[in-house]
Amino acid sequence: MQERELPLWEVFIRSRTGLNHRHVGSLHAADAAMAIQNARDLYCRRQEGIGIWVVESAAIHASDPADKDALFDPAEDKIYRHPTFYDVPDGVENI
Amino acid sequence: MYTQGLDQADTAAPSPEEEVQLRDAFQARIDAEEKIEPRDWMPEDYRRTLVRQISQHAHSEIVGMLPEGNWLTRAPSLKRKAILLAKVQDEAGHGLYLYSAAETLGTSRQEMLDQLLSGKAKYSSIFNYPTLNWADIGAIGWLVDGAAIMNQIPLCRCSYGPYSRAMVRVCKEESFHQRQGYEIMTVMARGTDEQRQMAQDALNRWWWPSLMMFGPSDGDSAHTAQSMAWKIKRFTNDELRQKFVDVTVPQAHFLGLEIPDPDLALDEETGHWCFGEIDWQEFKQVLSGNGPCNAERLGARRSAHEEGSWVRQALLAHADKQRERSSAHEAA
Ligand SMILES: [Fe+2]
Ligand SMILES: [Fe+2]
Repeated sequence: MQERELPLWEVFIRSRTGLNHRHVGSLHAADAAMAIQNARDLYCRRQEGIGIWVVESAAIHASDPADKDALFDPAEDKIYRHPTFYDVPDGVENI
Repeated sequence: MYTQGLDQADTAAPSPEEEVQLRDAFQARIDAEEKIEPRDWMPEDYRRTLVRQISQHAHSEIVGMLPEGNWLTRAPSLKRKAILLAKVQDEAGHGLYLYSAAETLGTSRQEMLDQLLSGKAKYSSIFNYPTLNWADIGAIGWLVDGAAIMNQIPLCRCSYGPYSRAMVRVCKEESFHQRQGYEIMTVMARGTDEQRQMAQDALNRWWWPSLMMFGPSDGDSAHTAQSMAWKIKRFTNDELRQKFVDVTVPQAHFLGLEIPDPDLALDEETGHWCFGEIDWQEFKQVLSGNGPCNAERLGARRSAHEEGSWVRQALLAHADKQRERSSAHEAA
């Protein structure tokens, strides 16, 4: 008989206070408690984290790579969104 | 290491002309050192090659725990036991990172496990040799992990994103493995005559199988050219083997140990160590299942899997029950 597979979870770790949780990988677990326990053993063996998020992989929605240009190109020519676009006259400080 | 769920190719199969265009664009990305990610278009043979290589690599990490696990309860001190336990635990981690990376290519964990347990999948030939005494644990860390590092460092730059990220993690953890092994060898090589002999004996038995870890000679390696073009591989088997010999021979000499190869000689001109012919017959035999411990290793994996079955089922049953209860609670 084919065994039912344990669901897949994505793991996010906060490495220090003040930093965001970051995606580090995935693992299989029956439920959230087991996923957190396994994430500790799998991704935090060398003090890599002080906090763990787990989310079932099936619950994640992602953008389609085929839409990459449509989604991200519009930001490309808006260089005036960056401070380096602007001339600051010599002699002006603290700006 | 992304989700399997995000990995479903939702487009129809391309026509032959489209396929040619897609392949060209794909190769151009590889040539530009871009990483390929799970949902990107990739040739079927690229996907297949990676699934085979990554899953074999994962199996090797998992089976690789067995020869060392043999000495966990017999380590000579609490310190050595704690170190060995940490190392073996890392190897389990490596196996799991790699299975996750392979899963992003659309193969399931179950499928890979089935292939290992049925004997269909291959894993590194080295783990089919026995660990006879404590010096073997030193030799494995020094030589086997040393050879693994040599293989794995270029894989950090592999064109497939999830594999390369897994390898970065693995390589960070790997160097303590080699050092703890070399430390064991150092202590034994400087110990009593009997300990020195044990160290030499372990080197004698592990040297040639370690050289075999780099795989067949370039002339006999069917996949090398394509894998190099796809930047899955960065160096050929023989190049990596030579690098390993060059760095390891002086380490053996430092210990006052002798490499068991009468043909070993330093080529003054190139600076490389020339070495004798590998027993390829032995390599083939071990790979095809006839090594000293193949049956024992697979047997151990199979019984671990079978005996753990009720635990996995109980975990799922418990999770189902919890879910039902909480939805019943919400409904009320
Ligand atoms: Fe490893
Ligand atoms: Fe290792």
